[in-house]
Amino acid sequence: MTPVVLATDALLWLLVAAVVAYALYCRRRPHLAAPWKRVFRSKAAVVSAVVLGCYLVVGLADSLHYRAAGAVEVQSLLDRMLSVLRQKGEKTYSAPLATRLYSKEQIETPDGKYVRDFPRLRHGGAHLDEERDRVTDVVTRAALGLGSAGALWALVYFASRPLARRHPHVPWRAAWTTAGVILALAGPIASLAPHYHVLGTNQVGQDVLYLALKSIRTSLAIGTLTTLVLLPLGIALGVMAGYFKGWIDDAIQYLYTTLNSIPGVLLIAAAVLMMQVVIDRHPEWFPTAAQRADFRLLVLCAILGLTSWTGLARLLRGEALKLSQLEYIQAAHAFGVSDARILGRHILPNVAHIVIIAMVMDFSGLVLAEAVLSYVGVGVDPATTSFGTMINSARLEMAREPIVWWSLAAAFAFMFMLVLAANLFADAVRDGFDPRLSLGGALAV
Amino acid sequence: MIAYIVRRVLYAIPILIGVNLITFVLFFVVNTPDDMARMHLGAKRVTPEAIDKWKQERGYDKDLLWNASAPGSAKFTDTIFYEKSLRLFAFDFGRAEDQRDIAHEIRTRMGPSLALAIPVFLVGLAVNITFALLMAFFRATYLDFWGVVLCVAMMSISTLFYIIGGQYLASKLLHLVPISGYAGGLDAAKFVILPVLIGVVSGIGSGSRWYRTIFLEEMGRDYVRTARAKGLAESVVLFRHVLKNAMIPILTGSVVVIPLLFMGSLLAESFFGIPGLGSYTLDAIQAQDFAVVRSMVFIGSLLYILGLLLTDLSYTLVDPRIRLE
Repeated sequence: MTPVVLATDALLWLLVAAVVAYALYCRRRPHLAAPWKRVFRSKAAVVSAVVLGCYLVVGLADSLHYRAAGAVEVQSLLDRMLSVLRQKGEKTYSAPLATRLYSKEQIETPDGKYVRDFPRLRHGGAHLDEERDRVTDVVTRAALGLGSAGALWALVYFASRPLARRHPHVPWRAAWTTAGVILALAGPIASLAPHYHVLGTNQVGQDVLYLALKSIRTSLAIGTLTTLVLLPLGIALGVMAGYFKGWIDDAIQYLYTTLNSIPGVLLIAAAVLMMQVVIDRHPEWFPTAAQRADFRLLVLCAILGLTSWTGLARLLRGEALKLSQLEYIQAAHAFGVSDARILGRHILPNVAHIVIIAMVMDFSGLVLAEAVLSYVGVGVDPATTSFGTMINSARLEMAREPIVWWSLAAAFAFMFMLVLAANLFADAVRDGFDPRLSLGGALAV
Repeated sequence: MIAYIVRRVLYAIPILIGVNLITFVLFFVVNTPDDMARMHLGAKRVTPEAIDKWKQERGYDKDLLWNASAPGSAKFTDTIFYEKSLRLFAFDFGRAEDQRDIAHEIRTRMGPSLALAIPVFLVGLAVNITFALLMAFFRATYLDFWGVVLCVAMMSISTLFYIIGGQYLASKLLHLVPISGYAGGLDAAKFVILPVLIGVVSGIGSGSRWYRTIFLEEMGRDYVRTARAKGLAESVVLFRHVLKNAMIPILTGSVVVIPLLFMGSLLAESFFGIPGLGSYTLDAIQAQDFAVVRSMVFIGSLLYILGLLLTDLSYTLVDPRIRLE
């Protein structure tokens, strides 16, 4: 087994490390920790943080790639954990928890005749001798799953009790309830998944639950890696424009008005199409298909970052303009402190709250944008599993007779929960850091 | 005022040149025309002759910026930059991959786009303001709280789901309207009503939440307190005083999108088969028809700049305190 580090993996883990480092840095400094304490006093923030944490665990498990000995394909830790789902493909559509395929086929009966009927699935419910037992089997397994989920919940509850005593202001009851609801859903699913297709299968017989879980990483990557491009550009240009004024301000303002005036989707589409040509021209850069798909994801993040820094830059410009008039900055000037030092020591720390708010507020918009872009055909590589590609391949299923609803329903549920949690968390962060600041439409992607 | 408008129009020129340069770099420098030819011809038929023929047919066989072999001013005019990028300023868009005239396509497709976009804009504005006013009227009650929760939930649903779900409900389950298609004249209403409805519903979440903040901000002002102190009923305060003043940021905030209505809606038009500019753009992106994408980028930025100008002018129209200099 050899570990394989894809570019997005490395960056995602780097980001995790940066967040951990920031958290440790904040811990010892009460003035930095205070707004976060305010954030975690709100119930909505705690509930959404628990949900986001679950998504993060799945996404990060999917970001540890390796190549098994003798295998060609690159796998992730999540693939390994879900190998039961991954390898149990069917022929085509099958409904959630079904034991038979969704379309009729010619089947050979034991006495040598052919009949048209719904054939049994290769894997879903294959362990049942009698299909009549399906309901009892499902209920027993779900109950067992629920039971072990309850045990796990008790473990979580008692493990976090000491932490709860140390931080009495955090609404722990909300956190425990959320964890309970998530476990109550995940437990039965986990115990049913090895024997049934809990969310059905798609047109080519892949397990929809597996696809939905794999999509999480793509969403997280788009939502977070984009900020790696967006933040440096937005911060540097915005603060410089506001602080130096004069021709630097004019030049930066010209740059972002020009970029802003190009319709967002078109600019992204043009850039992605162009990058696609570059990728196609250099097949030698990418030894494996996984690396090519990964590069395209990275490029998409970079393009989204390049096209959406303007909102943050405009906000920071205004703030820096205001700050540079204040007495303490004037005093620093009078003492002969250099511009670079004033920017680093006095301006940046005082606009940090805007940066944090912008970062969390952009996340949900980026996740939604990915789905639309993938639908348009300028999103992630078609081979990458994402909510956008799931919706795109399922969009004609609602018009089918009889309809196939489960792919879309799964994509909807997983995406809705992620975006809703991100929106609620972003609101709480904004309230905690700066209740007066209204960022309403300014940051919409 | 006139001088201000002239100055703003002049200021638009460098921005449009910037847009032009960005698209030029993206479409011709990052990718050479050879790459485009290779991609369009497909892997099998790529021979140097085929590439040359493809380039020649589309006028891509020239120098990028400077044609040293041409006489006089043709050194500059006989280049790709002049022919393909600067010509856009004269609204000369050239031909699409299927040899149709892009300018003609744009003119004929504008109508259907507007038939969809204008009702979505107007009805959406009215609906969002109504919801926001209701939430502001019942502020700090459960109705307001759950209204905001509903708004956040509605914001968290992708537009794709609104369209797919709405199409399924209205056309398939209830058999009310045709699923997709378009007809000219009054028949258009039948085809447009469902996309308009979906467009309005999908915008309610973010729209009414934003307007609610504007209303609440306005309700904290001194004149509102004075009005209440005079003994005016809450509804009178809200409708006669707050609504009028809050309309200033709402109107000036929506003016910027009015010119962009011409561009149509990418998703709605393609899902509902409406032959507007949005579906034209989407088809061009999917067919990788760069001439069309380039033209749409140019028109889009032109309309955006027009929107910014209109925004500034609208300030003076709705708020007499503001003068343009």
